Amino acid sequence: MAQNNGVVEQNLAGIPASARKAFLTRAFGSEDFAAKAASLRRENPSRAIIYVGAGTCGLAAGAAKTLEAARKYIKDNGLEADLLEVGCIGYCAAEPLLDVQLPGQVRVSFQRATGDAAPAILDSVFRDKAPLKEYVLGQFEEPGLKKWAKVPLFSEHPFFSKQLRFVLKHVGIIDPLSIQEHMARGGYGAFLKVIHTMTPAQTCDALEASGLRGRGGGGFPTGKKWKIALASDADQKYIVCNADEGDPGAFMDRSVVEGDPHRVLEGIAIGAYAIHASKAYVYIRAEYPLAIKNLKAAISEAKAYGLLGENIYGSGFDLDVIIKTGAGAFVCGEETALMNSIEGRRGMPRPRPPYPAVRGLFGKPTVINNVETFANVPEIITRGPAAFAAIGTKNSKGTKVFALSGKVNRTGLVEIPMGTTLKEIVFDIGGGIENGLAFKAVQIGGPSGGCIPGSHMDIQVDYESLKTVGAMMGSGGLVVMDEDTCMVDVAKFFMDFIKKESCGKCIPCREGTLRMLEILKAITRHRRGEKEADTLARFSGIINLENLSQVIRETSLCGLGQSAPNPVLSTLRWFRDEYEAHIFERKCPAGACTEMLEFSIDGDKCKGCTLCARACPTQAIVGKPRLPHYIVSEKCISCGSCRTVCKFKAVNAA
Amino acid sequence: MSAQSRVDKVLENYSFAKRDKLIPILQDVQGADGYISKHAALKVARHLNIPASKVYGVATFYNQFRFKPVGKYHVMICRGTACHVKGSAAVLKMAEEVLGIKAGDTSRDGLFSIEVVACIGACGLAPVISINGEFHAKITPDKLRNLVNDIKNTEKANGSK
Repeated sequence: MAQNNGVVEQNLAGIPASARKAFLTRAFGSEDFAAKAASLRRENPSRAIIYVGAGTCGLAAGAAKTLEAARKYIKDNGLEADLLEVGCIGYCAAEPLLDVQLPGQVRVSFQRATGDAAPAILDSVFRDKAPLKEYVLGQFEEPGLKKWAKVPLFSEHPFFSKQLRFVLKHVGIIDPLSIQEHMARGGYGAFLKVIHTMTPAQTCDALEASGLRGRGGGGFPTGKKWKIALASDADQKYIVCNADEGDPGAFMDRSVVEGDPHRVLEGIAIGAYAIHASKAYVYIRAEYPLAIKNLKAAISEAKAYGLLGENIYGSGFDLDVIIKTGAGAFVCGEETALMNSIEGRRGMPRPRPPYPAVRGLFGKPTVINNVETFANVPEIITRGPAAFAAIGTKNSKGTKVFALSGKVNRTGLVEIPMGTTLKEIVFDIGGGIENGLAFKAVQIGGPSGGCIPGSHMDIQVDYESLKTVGAMMGSGGLVVMDEDTCMVDVAKFFMDFIKKESCGKCIPCREGTLRMLEILKAITRHRRGEKEADTLARFSGIINLENLSQVIRETSLCGLGQSAPNPVLSTLRWFRDEYEAHIFERKCPAGACTEMLEFSIDGDKCKGCTLCARACPTQAIVGKPRLPHYIVSEKCISCGSCRTVCKFKAVNAA
Repeated sequence: MSAQSRVDKVLENYSFAKRDKLIPILQDVQGADGYISKHAALKVARHLNIPASKVYGVATFYNQFRFKPVGKYHVMICRGTACHVKGSAAVLKMAEEVLGIKAGDTSRDGLFSIEVVACIGACGLAPVISINGEFHAKITPDKLRNLVNDIKNTEKANGSK
């Protein structure tokens, strides 16, 4: 217990006694905070607590019904219990999640707790005192509290055992809307320590010593960036938190802002102090309504507790945080485009230099970092830069959060120390491929990243190693693909995305990505009805594909254009044989490019129900009722309608 | 309230606003009206004292802004990477088929509209769609058809009352 209260104390040691007193009194009601803080941490609650993971993903999985069921259960049974909505602990595949903590006992967590399952689960805890095995995920550890018998430890669950959680430490554990709960776990201590005992230059030094690099994709050393901005002389400076998580396949920033908004705010506040900025912007996606709501609540609470505003706790430091809702443009992840967007313009990148740290938002020095970078900052100050730098590899320090999704058994948010291998992430943490199919590749880094094949799964996750195989760290999307995924189709998917999201400023990116998409579409097209000129155009495209990629890469202004051909180049590098099968044999080995499929009806299985003949849009299926049908391949357009409607699985595709 | 006064109401909150408020204003207008009408765009331009072409330029640049009213049931289909790998293309195809409209359009009776979004951020539960802000996880073409038919049936029942 004493050790836990140390979390609150450890950062406050050096600050002036008056500021310490003011903070503790405001946070916990009096300077003697131990009991209050312990109860805020729910170390031994006097009433039972039911937690429901109600992040966006939890709600998508049906957490609203779970909440309702739990509320009803409490009412029907006249229970003395509190119901709490928490963020997402990151194990998406197991959602909705429901935790229960009884007085004197440790918290126990349940998976797949849908509205229908919730009463049985709650019964098993409250009435039978024996958590239902089929739903139980694990129990937490808390010294002094009674453990549940025959319940595995949460920390030993294969999804969590290899993780090291800094950024996600409190996500899904605490009530995101309670600033007090955050402070009882040491929140805002790092900020107070910095503004009272460190100069801005010392703060930048600490960040530089920690080796923290930008988690948004670029990997620029954060301390260095802050130093440049600190050195620029101006009457007004800005700090911007980029929460415009545009990479399809990445959702860690949403989860952190939803589940632990105060950690991000504290990081922003420390950054603002380090560069002398008095105004901070958070640029957040409009697609994340819950994250916006929680962040707004967090900002107003921080203001009410005197942690934002003027002359914060007598330090003379002022800070105002403003939320800007992004309007949906992938290119706004690029920092100069993001600044244009905040200024109310089209989000088009500007040439650099001048770098934003010298001349940025409204012409003033500006530092832009993403959510995960800021969320790391309080931890660095608390633990000290050396402790942070001890984790990871030579050039990449600390941890990285990945959003593991796609065809893997355990999807969700994974935070691992840098240097963990991809194999460990996909097979140990992710539990391998769904339905026992064979693994093919992981796509890492979003549309600017690349695909890594099975033969390179031993690669360590860090900024440099990933580049050697044609991928990049990116913001942390990690999409797993199995043998049923066609790599040409994946490349086509990304080119389609980039073509739509190209801002249109540079011709190579605007026109080149469209041409590349056309070439990929031609590669995955069926032969039927093809004219000689089409064949010629198809082959000239194939010949020019790699050359075109080089031109786009070398002549575009911003990161989006320079990395636009990556999906094609990386799949070409590792899966050339798949391209060749599409080009020469005109076959899709994975069977994903439906247009290339040849459909046929198995005469033994066909019962002659005529369903397919009626569904066929081109009348390509002939046959008499109750007799096997067959497909006239000249008329077939490979739409797959017949296969969808067939009740006897008689339609084959190859 | 008429469309005109709704736009005026939004602009009241932004007196003395400068260019940097353009996107928040457009977002509020769309929040009130459901889309950006020509009339609203002109009004915003006059309010901020910038050419209407600039307002149009900004509004068309961002995916969020629509220039047609949405349906009573707004179906958003996620086409992120994880959703794509898990078969969201088939979900989209089914949506277009059962609703009889293309992505980005609104059905004639004003009941349904389809929007394709880059990523909703629930990749762990792919493929995901949202209908009027309510998320549905691990959707299949069949599940989507059932959802749509349920809505159609309730609408029919309400209409015949």
